[in-house]
Amino acid sequence: MARRGRVTDERPWWDTFPWWSLIILSVLGWMGWQILTNDNYELAWERILPGLGLTITSTIQAFAIALVIALIVGMGQMSRNVVFRNLSRTYVEFVRGIPILPLIFTVALILVPELTKVINGQLENWFDWELKLSFQMRATVTLAVIYGAYMAEIFRGGIQSIPPGQTEAGRSLGLNRRQTMSSVVFPQAMRAIIPPLGNDFIAILKDTSLLSVLGALEITQRARQFSASTFKFREGYFVLAFIYLILTLGLSLLLGMLERRMTRDRKGER
Amino acid sequence: MDETVTTQPEPMIRLRGVSKTFDRTIHAVRDMDLDVAEGEVLVIVGPSGSGKSTVLRCINLLEIPTTGTVTVDGFELTDTATDLDHVRAEVGMVFQQFNLFPHLTIIQNIALAQRKVRGRSKSEATEMAMRQLTRVGIPEKADAYPRQLSGGQQQRVAIARSLAMEPRVMLFDEPTSALDPEMVKEVLDVMLELAGEGMTMVVVTHEMGFARAAADRLLFIDEGEVVEIGPPEEVFSNPSHERTRAFFDKILY
Repeated sequence: MARRGRVTDERPWWDTFPWWSLIILSVLGWMGWQILTNDNYELAWERILPGLGLTITSTIQAFAIALVIALIVGMGQMSRNVVFRNLSRTYVEFVRGIPILPLIFTVALILVPELTKVINGQLENWFDWELKLSFQMRATVTLAVIYGAYMAEIFRGGIQSIPPGQTEAGRSLGLNRRQTMSSVVFPQAMRAIIPPLGNDFIAILKDTSLLSVLGALEITQRARQFSASTFKFREGYFVLAFIYLILTLGLSLLLGMLERRMTRDRKGER
Repeated sequence: MDETVTTQPEPMIRLRGVSKTFDRTIHAVRDMDLDVAEGEVLVIVGPSGSGKSTVLRCINLLEIPTTGTVTVDGFELTDTATDLDHVRAEVGMVFQQFNLFPHLTIIQNIALAQRKVRGRSKSEATEMAMRQLTRVGIPEKADAYPRQLSGGQQQRVAIARSLAMEPRVMLFDEPTSALDPEMVKEVLDVMLELAGEGMTMVVVTHEMGFARAAADRLLFIDEGEVVEIGPPEEVFSNPSHERTRAFFDKILY
């Protein structure tokens, strides 16, 4: 039998309460408790944690390089210069079409050695110095190359989301293309660009785990080594997951706060 | 070179053989010749899709003509050697959708191009901005953001923003079409005052009352061609073309 009553748009507190955050907090709390109290987990923690610095520096390096690539390539895709535009497009399509792992091998084992062979001959002649890229750096550069392409699309999308009337207004006032971009379009596009860039920062953080395939001693590689040498797989990967979760969830929290601040600004409530 | 016969010796705006084709098939403007004298107010009317906005946008080259030449104040804009940004600073444009910069305050909106293009100092630009805001009647909104203003106020700010550049010509692209009815007059009043001060104006609009009150000449355009041009009273009361007559029959009560 159907329940009798009136429709209402009021929802009870248990319907709107963010249960998910409670669940995540309790899982993280339980994980932390395990690490603090269980000797096996503690051992894993001590062996894996030293890789955290490398994970974080690689993330920041890859993100910084990717940002530069993205800005150049994103603008390049909208350039009037036919060569620049097509090269940018080609780069984005190529990189987006290849999975990260094979690309890391390609760059680290083929492209970097071949390229350094070519330029080092000259560098040695001129400066008596040669370029050496560690495997860790090669993997970081590969990550930057990949995320540079993804982020270029974010820049392009953000800029193209600004109504053409804005550009027309700027140009009709006599601002040139560059001034219109930097004073009118780009500041507005930032609102659309920053949130997905933050997501990509988190994605890069997770993908630094792929550096392990080239032997870089970041946290994933250390977890692998710990587990393989002690056969404590559960402990090793449990601690690894815990560290990644703390980092990524913390970052999304920050990102969410940033986004809320930006939307508040948009409503003009300052 | 042989000068084309015009009523004025040196027109402020001169279009010669201007055509605009979109996607190689849609002829928005066909082989148009047009002169606008200094201080003249030209109102362009026509059915939707007739090419009236395209003609207007060709004048400051927001729309690049497929063929033909556009000359403003003696500078040929369609000549690749012309510094387009320099000429555009002399041609103000007011859009249907206002196109204020939402991330800047009203005063910043008006000061931006003055500083970047005219090279004015912050205090000079602010002073000029306040002067223009006072002229359009809303100096108290200087520190507001565009979204906090009504449509009519936003459009008046857009006019002030253009005027702050001290342009030689003002172009209006359906400036009241996006406004709520009660706000149309406040914008038209500003335009009328501007016309009275001798500004060269080209106005695309459906406001026939404004055309009557302010226009020196009325241009009726259809299918990208000038059908009829002349003093507004003449065109209104005694249109010489069937197309003009049919259009006015539809829109005039």
